Amino acid sequence: MTEATDNALAPCELGFDRPDQETLVVRLSGSWTLQNKCPSADRVLKEIASGPRVARIAFDAAAMTDWDSGFLIFLTRVIDACSKDGVAAYTKGLPEGARKLLALAATVPEKKGIGKGAIRASFLSRVGEETVDFFLSSREILDFIGEAFVAFTRFVAGKARFRGSDLTRILQDCGIEALPIVSLISLLVGLILAFVGAIQLMLFGAQIYVADLVGIAMVRVMGAVMTGIIMAGRTGAAFAAQLGTMEVNEEIDAFKTMGISPMEFLVLPRILGLTLMMPLLCLYADLMGILGGLIVGVGMLDLTAVEYYNETRAAVSLNNLWIGLFQSMVFGVLVAVAGCLRGMQCGRSASAVGDAATSAVVTGIVSIIVATAVITVVCNVLGI
Amino acid sequence: MPSQAPIVAKELTIAYGDVVIQRDLTFTVRMGEIFVIMGGSGCGKSTVMRCLTGLKAPSKGQVLLEGISFWESSQATRDRIARNIGVVFQGGALWSSMTLGENVSLPLHEFTDLHSREIRDLASLKLSLVGLAGFEDYYPSEISGGMRKRASVARALALDPKLLFFDEPSAGLDPVTSSLLDDLILELRDSLGTTMILVTHELPSIFSVADNCIFLDGETGTMIASGDPKRLKNESQDPKVQAFLTRGDKNRTG
Ligand SMILES: Nc1ncnc2c1ncn2[C@@H]1O[C@H](COP(=O)(O)OP(=O)(O)OP(=O)(O)O)[C@@H](O)[C@H]1O
Ligand SMILES: [Mg+2]
Repeated sequence: MTEATDNALAPCELGFDRPDQETLVVRLSGSWTLQNKCPSADRVLKEIASGPRVARIAFDAAAMTDWDSGFLIFLTRVIDACSKDGVAAYTKGLPEGARKLLALAATVPEKKGIGKGAIRASFLSRVGEETVDFFLSSREILDFIGEAFVAFTRFVAGKARFRGSDLTRILQDCGIEALPIVSLISLLVGLILAFVGAIQLMLFGAQIYVADLVGIAMVRVMGAVMTGIIMAGRTGAAFAAQLGTMEVNEEIDAFKTMGISPMEFLVLPRILGLTLMMPLLCLYADLMGILGGLIVGVGMLDLTAVEYYNETRAAVSLNNLWIGLFQSMVFGVLVAVAGCLRGMQCGRSASAVGDAATSAVVTGIVSIIVATAVITVVCNVLGI
Repeated sequence: MPSQAPIVAKELTIAYGDVVIQRDLTFTVRMGEIFVIMGGSGCGKSTVMRCLTGLKAPSKGQVLLEGISFWESSQATRDRIARNIGVVFQGGALWSSMTLGENVSLPLHEFTDLHSREIRDLASLKLSLVGLAGFEDYYPSEISGGMRKRASVARALALDPKLLFFDEPSAGLDPVTSSLLDDLILELRDSLGTTMILVTHELPSIFSVADNCIFLDGETGTMIASGDPKRLKNESQDPKVQAFLTRGDKNRTG
């Protein structure tokens, strides 16, 4: 049973000799490999602890057939523990290769203290650090917004430098190329709103008010919010990934060392592009949403297209439209700033780029929702 | 004509957070010389270079670029100084969304009033200086690592800077190209009088081009030697410097 297969490894064994009072010889035999369960270093330590005090430890590996990293781990544990107890370890009896590797592992050329986070901090100090980090990162965000604003004023004054071709590319990317997904989502949102509304309104025979419901909801908030969220996922993440990759490849440093401000050259056209395109996308989304409502109205509620159109026209005031467009512009700024900020804050690794993109989307969406709440409350107070 | 030393570092201490990378660095780079920053891997050469090129503020000390204390001056002054500096980064750092031609001509567009035609010709000239004639329309992702490195040299040369920094220019280049780059460095110094600061491990290039050098030590975080590398090799008593400099000599002859 024990020698089951013919390529079975010779079992590894540990023995001890005490040639004199103070010396312990560790006898190693068999095959000391990772697959072969090697005896643990504790057995040696126990042996040292039992019996008379040991001052030296030596090894006898003459009967050892082969070894790998498993053996090295065993050895380093034994030698470390010995040096802590003041027991001298003589490695003469070990295989030549193992001795060399041990010596190699023992030299520590890298500077210590750089590998941070090795020490597990206590709960309290972690809470403290997180709090300090939070304030520091709020400061970073404010710094970034301030710098972006300065770049914008320089743009208004006609002094900002960036390439027109970059801006056109960004306009195209945030505009035309976003149309298919914006169409799909807004059409569906319009359909859903109309559908949910219709079921309730039919109870009162007031189907025609579906047009009011969909029109006002889309134009005033939903159009802006939906495009905002789509653009946060699409363009905000793309901005963060682009700038993050540039940071990783030191491309941003290359701009800085040339005296070209990355704020003007990279961030400004992105913010401008998205802020200009968002109201247009929002207008388009409003129309698609209303079209969705119309489909339900005509298909399910037996309204005619003209009736639906007239009702919508009567219900939606121009005020609603302005508020919606204004909101979408605000969202454009928020999404672009969030994307660029996270991109510029990106660390120096590939995974940092992924984190930056994720974080840009989260920041974008959260700030969109918060901004919607604020604008709604303000409009309510002002009575618009 | 009183020639100002282009770079003076005074008691620079550079740290990432609480971890000090190098402390109390004091050295002067003289006009027109080729100055080498040496040291083992990870000792902070790139970090020191980031500090000299205005990318990382020192936690203590001063960097005087042409007599002006860089880190204490306004952003406008810094930008003006930056225009006289060309940097070749360790990884090339070409702008990946632009072709090589655009990479080289962007600084010219930004900082000169030349016509697009002239700029295009200048960009082609700089690219042909580094052996990349005809690659104007390639994107950085379409060329090899060594070519990227050379293209990035061309970009650094775009504005004929007075100060040129190279972070490991020959890393990843074959010996022939790498010695061509050494020749190019010498040629540029001789024809344009450019002051060069090189970070390099390549001993052959250190001995063939360097006028002056400093040797950084990672373990203690200080500068352990400075001066002419050929003299250092003969005279320095420091075992680390000796090990670094003679090891390369052995490789070269044997
Ligand atoms: N962003 C950073 N944050 C914290 N520590 C860093 C950072 N960048 C570099 N370091 C540390 O600073 C030290 C010096 O790094 P640096 O890149 O300057 O080395 P180097 O001398 O250029 O090495 P090499 O020859 O390998 O390029 C390293 O130990 C590194 O761990
Ligand atoms: Mg480096």
